[in-house]
Amino acid sequence: MALDDKQQYQARQFKVVGTRVKRPDGVDKVTGKARFGADISAPGMLIARVLRSPHAHARIKSIDTSAAEALPGVHGVVTRADFDKITDDDFTADILDNCMAGEKALYDGHAVAAVAANSAAVAKAALKLIKVDYDVLPHVTDVDAAMVADAPVLHDGRANESVPAGMSANVLSRYEFGHGDIEAGLAKADRVIERTYKTEATHQGYIEPHACLAQMGPDGQADLWCCTQGHYMVRNVCAAIMGLDQGQLRVTASEIGGGFGGKTTVFLEPVALALSRKTSRPVKMVMSRSEVLRATGPTASSSVDVRIGMTKDGRITAGFAELRYQGGAYPGSPVEFGSMSAFAPYDLDAVKTVGWDVVTNRPKQAAYRAPGAPMAAYAIESAIDELAKGFGLDPLAVRLKNAAREGTKASYGPTFPAIGLEATLRAAKDHPHWAAPLGENQGRGVACGFWFNFGGDTCVSLNITPDGTVTVSEGNPDIGGSRASMSMMAAEELGIPYEQVRTIVADTGSLGQNEVTDGSRVTFAVGLATIEAARAAKREMCKRAAMVWGIEEDAVKWEDGAAHPAGENAGKHPPMTLKDIAAVASNTGGPIAGHHEANPEGAGVSFATHMVDTEVDPDTGAVKILRYTVFQDAGKAVHPDYVEGQFQGGAVQGIGWALNEEYIYGDDGVLQNAGFLDYRIPVASDLPMIDTVILEIPNPGHPYGVRGVGETSIVPPLAAVANAVSEAAGVRMTQLPMSPPKVLKALHDQ
Amino acid sequence: MVQVRIWGSLAAMTDDQTEVEIDASNLRELLDGLAGKYPGLKPQLDRGVSVAIDGRVYNDSWFTPIKPDSEVVLLARLKGG
Repeated sequence: MALDDKQQYQARQFKVVGTRVKRPDGVDKVTGKARFGADISAPGMLIARVLRSPHAHARIKSIDTSAAEALPGVHGVVTRADFDKITDDDFTADILDNCMAGEKALYDGHAVAAVAANSAAVAKAALKLIKVDYDVLPHVTDVDAAMVADAPVLHDGRANESVPAGMSANVLSRYEFGHGDIEAGLAKADRVIERTYKTEATHQGYIEPHACLAQMGPDGQADLWCCTQGHYMVRNVCAAIMGLDQGQLRVTASEIGGGFGGKTTVFLEPVALALSRKTSRPVKMVMSRSEVLRATGPTASSSVDVRIGMTKDGRITAGFAELRYQGGAYPGSPVEFGSMSAFAPYDLDAVKTVGWDVVTNRPKQAAYRAPGAPMAAYAIESAIDELAKGFGLDPLAVRLKNAAREGTKASYGPTFPAIGLEATLRAAKDHPHWAAPLGENQGRGVACGFWFNFGGDTCVSLNITPDGTVTVSEGNPDIGGSRASMSMMAAEELGIPYEQVRTIVADTGSLGQNEVTDGSRVTFAVGLATIEAARAAKREMCKRAAMVWGIEEDAVKWEDGAAHPAGENAGKHPPMTLKDIAAVASNTGGPIAGHHEANPEGAGVSFATHMVDTEVDPDTGAVKILRYTVFQDAGKAVHPDYVEGQFQGGAVQGIGWALNEEYIYGDDGVLQNAGFLDYRIPVASDLPMIDTVILEIPNPGHPYGVRGVGETSIVPPLAAVANAVSEAAGVRMTQLPMSPPKVLKALHDQ
Repeated sequence: MVQVRIWGSLAAMTDDQTEVEIDASNLRELLDGLAGKYPGLKPQLDRGVSVAIDGRVYNDSWFTPIKPDSEVVLLARLKGG
């Protein structure tokens, strides 16, 4: 959709937007009243549990469920045989195969059967009675090992046309981006470095495990309640898998205890629907933490080769990177986004990236905040830092010297419009953090990051109630403050107090299609639709006032929450407030509402610079984060508390990725650390307060100048922390996580 | 006619050209024109692409106008988390 002039950014003095109003979900969440996925129940519901493969790779020869079905209290068992809808759509077929294995179990934890019973204890007992005859196959979990020609093969014939002949069948796609002559550029450099960087798979670590309740009747109608980032997506995918009409499946999203991209697909919901169909009872499923780690989608692990040349005055002459990402057992690692974003912060004459999508015997990866970008940034920003420090140059000055600006031809192709990278770098240089003294064993690191952001299908309905308050219905689960932000934008546009607007997340029967809450899209796209819905309601209210005053509609204008005669020719009439107009709505044509349906495109790209101080304990290798500051362009920050929260959350997740988090597989291909005791995410006591600096460079493609902010903040921290550790310890860590044993070994090997 | 820049690994489908010329005045005509002139691109077009037009990225909107002098760049289809 091309934006019309009024949907483009127009400078204005905000009254509500930009303030720190009270969040609408805060009290419910801290008092335990909020209803998350596992809090939903229904009369007569059954509890389901899943049997999972203990093998990393195995052919399923047979499954005998008869003993389980005979156990008192068991109402139904499903295997892949119960999903009889045949789909020729690879995307949907892969999701189904991931939810319930077909011919092969492709990773440790892959679902092979599920039981619905009167209680969790009975369901668990029934799982032990299911006999699965496996033919165990060789497996591979490392991305580089999976690319070797004679590696164990997961699927035959899935490579697309971009993959050259002769490669392992585990290599499914190849991407190449860039411009200019790399070798000629490198030849101009005073130094060229070549490095290989590796990162491990990490999980989004959302506090709420996946949960759902399904109810499917013999008439083909079904209802589903679940925690998800996109209940419209859940509806569409489940309808395709179950052979339902989309209109017959109503999905309601619960409150969500974190998603970060990991809840942009389904893992349980089709299984619960199949069990409900089979038993004619509501079926509830809740994952354990172990199941979340074994069988939902972490991000990809990566192996990245980098060659970068730099002159001694800090100009990057060429950059090349080859990125290999494994995305688990199915196609779709985010390597194309790593390849596109790797060098995006820089204005380069010669740049090239090559990306490879590879499958391994690991769980199917899911999106994780700026998918694919953090590991690419780790490699590039580490190499640039090493070059800058090798020449004795200020790393911020080097980044400023090479920074992409308006008019730069981006490494992934387009020419940048107005962007905020330079502003984040200058803010970092001017910040007291940059000049603060450091002690022994301490070091400071900086890094830049980039993310695209986008829009997508969006519907908003705004209703004026009879007492003159306002409700907004939107179709995106609130994972980062969208109910507050939508209420604020509606209040701003209508000219009424924030407290007079309530925003709810409507079910799939109440609005048209809505894209998932991802891509940092909601404040941008749903915000735009909310503003347009409010404008539609204002037009209707002006029309109603014109009727009351007996003048033409175009002789009425809306200002400060009320209709006013527009000019002297319109006559002298006292303003009619929103409340006045709502009170006579029945007398002037009936209820008043505004709605807007669109696919807003034109989300502005986003940049950030992060700065971190670390201290490395030379005796243990432990890394402590001493100070951390995020500088990011938010466009217009609608609710600064939430924007700061997004900056802080991304930084903290990145710190975990850099220092401790990793999927550890044994030689048998079984995940060794499927629990939060052994999969170590940072907690509050590990961290200082994360400081934030919000820069507001308006996005020209949004009426209020809003950009997405939810993803960019996880892109720089891996490299920023690595650069700080390098300075503190005098060793350059080229593999994440930089956990104490690895840092200690690097110190000893020095 | 508009100049369309495609990413490097697609050039194998366009006679090794990373810039191709297509007769199109909107996004739909552009995508149809690419598939028609270079059938080897169709699998990727079917999997999905995004298109940057004068620096702004579009995923779906068929009737987004494209001017003859617009900068048009084919991108891998954007997704997010």
